Amino acid sequence: MIKFNQVYKRYAGGYEALKNVTFEIAEGEMVFLTGHSGAGKSTLLKLIAAIERPNSGSVLVRGQNIKALKSGALPYLRRHLGLIFQDHKLLFDRSVFNNVLLPLQIVGFDHRESVKRVRAALDKVGLLQREKANPIALSGGEQQRLCIARAIVNRPSILLADEPTGNLDTEYSSEIMNIFQSFHQVGVTLLISTHDEMVINRFPARALTLKNGELQP
Amino acid sequence: MKNLSIQHWHVFNVTWRRLVKTPVASLLNVLVIGVALSLPVGGYILLKNTQHFSDRLVGAPQITVFLEADTTTAEVESTLEKLKALETIDHVEFVPRDLALKQLQQSTGLADVVGSLTVNPLPDALVIYPSIVEAEKIEALRDDLKFWPKFEKIQLDSAWAYKLQAILGFGQMAVIILATLLSFALVAITFNTIRLQILTQRDEIEVAKLIGATHQFIRRPFLYFGFLQGMMGGVTAWLIIILSLFLLNHNLGTLAQLYGSQFTLSYLSVADSLTLLGFSAFLGWLGAGLSVSQHLWQIEPK
Repeated sequence: MIKFNQVYKRYAGGYEALKNVTFEIAEGEMVFLTGHSGAGKSTLLKLIAAIERPNSGSVLVRGQNIKALKSGALPYLRRHLGLIFQDHKLLFDRSVFNNVLLPLQIVGFDHRESVKRVRAALDKVGLLQREKANPIALSGGEQQRLCIARAIVNRPSILLADEPTGNLDTEYSSEIMNIFQSFHQVGVTLLISTHDEMVINRFPARALTLKNGELQP
Repeated sequence: MKNLSIQHWHVFNVTWRRLVKTPVASLLNVLVIGVALSLPVGGYILLKNTQHFSDRLVGAPQITVFLEADTTTAEVESTLEKLKALETIDHVEFVPRDLALKQLQQSTGLADVVGSLTVNPLPDALVIYPSIVEAEKIEALRDDLKFWPKFEKIQLDSAWAYKLQAILGFGQMAVIILATLLSFALVAITFNTIRLQILTQRDEIEVAKLIGATHQFIRRPFLYFGFLQGMMGGVTAWLIIILSLFLLNHNLGTLAQLYGSQFTLSYLSVADSLTLLGFSAFLGWLGAGLSVSQHLWQIEPK
């Protein structure tokens, strides 16, 4: 599903974020991505979502080479990905409901079916009662869950989460991890970046560890 | 196909909401576009009306010859024969002085004045309809006729109409220049409006790109906005023109009545109205398109 082969990523200014990274994630697998902050976790996720492109090496996502991907084909790849951002990237000019509706509007989904799907996604993350609220009125944990609802409403085959439990207390964290666990059970491929020891210890999954841009054995 | 129509409907909704969200700014924009467009369109309407008037005169040029007072009937007969023999003349109409006086009495509302005359002051006249239309040839014909015996005064009715046409040609160029300049202004207004919109919707554009929105999906609402704003500007211009013509015609009616004639400015035709709307919408769309292609690529998710 995701395949890195000798990937290097250097930012303008010479900073090497990733060095010779090679790994593979199979379909339906749940994998943690760990490491200290600045180790290159976010960069790695950005390469998968084609927000950044590698300097050398190849990144294959669903069999497509990110480096060779034409900009016109990019949106269609991203529709198969559910992205969960550390800073949520919610839109505060619209309701909770309409935030989750956006991915379906983008693909031109039938409206009545869209409404059902949005409600199902909100229900899954426990925000159904708040659908009319503005996201700004939500707590940090709720905003994170809203971000998850938006990422899954399109039923993506791959979920990428960047520090989803970053600023949350233990109770919220396990709530969110339980949601991820349920996606894993229905066959979604998950890559979750975290430095939360509790999460890694409590949920059994393979972990990829980055240190200064290099993958630890 | 169904997806596409749903998307377009969705986009139209989004666009309309954006317009309504900033009512004052939108209204002012529409008003500026409307006023800017109404200037050349108003000029065009006035030109077209005058053109119509002068075309009628130029289309059927006449040469009127006033005969000397002592011309006898026999002399008139022989002159008519000679004129009819000319190839450049289609037909000739003889207007005896008595008939001319009667016509004057009927047509201009000067019945009282004419009635008080004891002597008919009008001369016999010949109205010549040339078979040629070129202004120079008609003028040459007039110059020839000047040397004919018993011809007192020769008047080419269409001479001033040709001058008017030359002036109209000048006016036409002025309207075209004005229209071109103001079209640029309209494109610039839309360009700037869309630029500001793109800046304020930076977050939305970024998120949309991240969750798989195509370029077209992101462009579309801005293009619709430009189109809609341009079209509403066109409608405003149309209303300004119609209202102005209505007011002008009201006053013109009074003026024309005093001169005993019925002259009104004709309104915009359906084709002209549709052209105006289509053109303003197109310019709005163009301005938005230019702005989008200039600014959208700068927003990439980080």
